[in-house]
Amino acid sequence: MDVNLIFKIAAIGIIVAVLHRVLTQSGRDDIAMMTTLAGTVVVLLMIIGLISKLFDTVRTMFQL
Amino acid sequence: MDILKIVGIGIIATILAVILREEKPEIALQISIVTGLIIFVFVITKLNSVLAVLKYFASKTNIDLIYFTTILKVIAIAYITEFGAQVCKDAGESSIASKIEFGGKVLIMIMAIPILAALMDVITQLIV
Repeated sequence: MDVNLIFKIAAIGIIVAVLHRVLTQSGRDDIAMMTTLAGTVVVLLMIIGLISKLFDTVRTMFQL
Repeated sequence: MDILKIVGIGIIATILAVILREEKPEIALQISIVTGLIIFVFVITKLNSVLAVLKYFASKTNIDLIYFTTILKVIAIAYITEFGAQVCKDAGESSIASKIEFGGKVLIMIMAIPILAALMDVITQLIV
């Protein structure tokens, strides 16, 4: 039960949104796109551990 | 009070997801996935004692253990399928969600075949 992960992901989302806004305002659309992509990948890496934990829990509990 | 924890996490995550949905819908989706996972893991570890009691009853009434584990596997497949399908449906991909549900149904049917075979055995023994 780690609620910190939700706050971390929300913080990453807000930071990426602000960076995207600033970079598009200054005319660097390609770098803004890269920032969005990087943010998504970082959050995905954080999620993958939790997903595998869920699958392991279910597998050990129901002897799949 | 565990229900207060679950509801609190849900409300906080919903607020964060709504804040982020305008700017970054993909990260809002990931927040909802993580919230679902946290609540799911939290609840499913509580289920352990219930399973122990059910196993005790099954051993007491001399039910064949194969049938019991089959039922448990079906329940697990149903839980995981439901979770995956809900995530896909949240992201607006209802066609992928229906494919996941289809896969879950087929796998459950494959799991249930031995039970069906045992039932048919009993019926044929009664008739002949």
